[in-house]
Amino acid sequence: MDVKDIKIKSFPAEEFKDNDSLQEYINELNKNGTNVIVGKLDQMVNWGRANSLWPLAFATSCCGIEFMSAAAAHYDLARFGMEVTRNSPRQADVMIIAGTIVNKMTPLLRRVYDQMAEPKYVVAMGGCAISGGPFVNSYNVVNGADNILPVDIYIPGCPPRPESLFYGLLQLQRQVKAEGFFKNKHIVREYNPETLIDPNTGNSIDPENQVPKK
Amino acid sequence: MKDIKEVILEAVNNAVIEEKQKLTVTVEPKQLHSLLEALYNNPELPFDYLISLIGMDWGEKLGVIYLLSSTKDLSKEIAVITATADRENPLLYSVTDLYGTAHLNEREIYALYGIRFINNPDMRRFLLRDDWNGFPFRKDYDENPELNPITVLSQDIEDEAPCIMENEDGELVEETVNVFEEEDYIINIGPQHPSTHGVMHFRTALEGEIVKKVDVISGYIHRGIEKLCENMTYPQILHFTDRLDYMSANINRHALCMCIEKAAEIEIPLRAEYIRTIMDELQRISSHLLAWSSQCNDLGATTAFIYGIREREHVLDIFDKTCGGRLIVNQNVVGGVMFDIYTDFQKDVKTFIPYMREKLVEYEKFFTHNAIALGRMVNVGILPIEDAISYGVTGPAGRASGLSCDVRIYKPYSLYNKVEFKEVIRTEGDSYARYLNRLDEIEQSLHIIEQLIDNIPEGPIISKVKPVLKLPEGQYFQSVEAGKGEFGVFIESHGDKNPYRVKFRSPSMAAVSVMPLICKGEKLSDLIGISGSMDFVIPDIDR
Repeated sequence: MDVKDIKIKSFPAEEFKDNDSLQEYINELNKNGTNVIVGKLDQMVNWGRANSLWPLAFATSCCGIEFMSAAAAHYDLARFGMEVTRNSPRQADVMIIAGTIVNKMTPLLRRVYDQMAEPKYVVAMGGCAISGGPFVNSYNVVNGADNILPVDIYIPGCPPRPESLFYGLLQLQRQVKAEGFFKNKHIVREYNPETLIDPNTGNSIDPENQVPKK
Repeated sequence: MKDIKEVILEAVNNAVIEEKQKLTVTVEPKQLHSLLEALYNNPELPFDYLISLIGMDWGEKLGVIYLLSSTKDLSKEIAVITATADRENPLLYSVTDLYGTAHLNEREIYALYGIRFINNPDMRRFLLRDDWNGFPFRKDYDENPELNPITVLSQDIEDEAPCIMENEDGELVEETVNVFEEEDYIINIGPQHPSTHGVMHFRTALEGEIVKKVDVISGYIHRGIEKLCENMTYPQILHFTDRLDYMSANINRHALCMCIEKAAEIEIPLRAEYIRTIMDELQRISSHLLAWSSQCNDLGATTAFIYGIREREHVLDIFDKTCGGRLIVNQNVVGGVMFDIYTDFQKDVKTFIPYMREKLVEYEKFFTHNAIALGRMVNVGILPIEDAISYGVTGPAGRASGLSCDVRIYKPYSLYNKVEFKEVIRTEGDSYARYLNRLDEIEQSLHIIEQLIDNIPEGPIISKVKPVLKLPEGQYFQSVEAGKGEFGVFIESHGDKNPYRVKFRSPSMAAVSVMPLICKGEKLSDLIGISGSMDFVIPDIDR
């Protein structure tokens, strides 16, 4: 499979900025060759999946408003099949982290993420979600949502314009289309070991059980 | 009229009164309450409005500055300072019995400075986790991340509030109070909830469908902006204000710029003043439009949401063409504005004004008289004027309760004393009054822009400012009328290029502190509608 085979409507592959990393990703996925039938089936399923990614807007601050603008009539997120913003993580495919993540929010973010069904994706929208942004030196801010959960797409900006958001979401569609739905089943969503710690005792905790015992 | 100094000396005879930027009174912690009580009950000019409560760390002393004003005349301001030298167990007296807004503010000061307030019935930490080590706003705070690691372990929510009370013999007793009763049925609304306008967390006790008690838990977006400011130069802290209440980004930044300009005595070119004022009013329209949209969305009218955002895009387009920013505009800088208006600016604004007027009529036609909308807004979430004053609720929400509190009228800044506009006041105090107030204020903003747009003078847009600013020693406060209410900036400077302390007076904080009061006895579904009508922005509360 080649990057050029991944088609996004009215957006040719050459116009995307970074095709090399996606090509690397595809090569890695298809290292051992692809079964013709499963491969075709994958493409069909992926076509459907990529065009109906339902987002969960984990909007904590300013970026959330730009997400709202993007979802409204002027920019119209519905063009990409993403207008069905789900408020329950159990119905969502992609979590859009729009805003700063702080210490107090960390367990909640992870819990919402854990509640999402596989296959799931995460988009870090804006400088804060990528690295802490303008608040990087703060005592309370998590320097990047990828400290807590795996992030697939990073969209820079403070806040990113709806156009940038769309570019990022189209990249996500390409990633979805590159993946094999039937092959790559066992994805391990590991915890960052640094976050598995009880702040009161300093002991590490069991990832299966993050609720404190009375 | 009796001089206010006499009133102060009558109440506390050894109070230190200084004429600084404003009248500043310093008293001992023990005398604070009696002084504030005397000011509060001063018959001619009651100081019944607590603008802001500012925690301070002066090195050897920890203290609080109370910024007071009167709802009879908002231009009168007094700063009352009290401090304690005990850093191990600092105790001050609470003023929650006089000012409702003090409650959440005192809890915030406890979390950030470790000062506990005697007689405050609920001394849980606000903003930070209950198990936070240290008090981050103190100057000697240890920022070692190992003390407060980032963890995925869920935090237990404390429903037992510690407090420290003074009994009749004058002894201090430590107590714990249960926030909820034992058999209360409690549901959590938020922090990740589509309708709470951000990451607000309401613990709600229900009796059937009726809200019995609301407990506000915040801090899910507390970024410690004020602390960050202390290590930055003045021009560097400008962008933080945009990210507080991002709906009024430009207005907030205007406040900070004015505060710095006033302190450094920088003159602003007239053209810059015009641009600032017009941009402020455009920002206000955009803020009210989004408030209107999301309030209607909370009531189930998705169409209204789409309509409101559609009109808002027109304003954002004008911002976009002026300075490249949509939501966060980065237009104001110390000394003027960063970008001049573009060639067609006037034309665009003049096309927008009649367009917006037309749309206001449309809004009125299809939603304002809608039977369902009326049923969910009229006589719902009534905020009496006494409570609006006590909790310091300003802006469209405060004016819906009959409180005349427009900063643009009482403390005119920029060009607001040159333009003519009406302060929209309603007395019903319900969700519907707040709803109507916003729509009427859009009309007033359009009217202000109309008066200015044709008269923008030629000239420079920015005056010469030194790259490294040093403010003279002192305390400075500047407030503006933001989209949600009175937004204020307090700066204490010790003569360095960094501020010693910055505090932002958040209008949303007042709006959310009144939620437990106005939601009591309402239906659970109306809680969402009421929070929509109060229109608070969480990053503004948490800062």
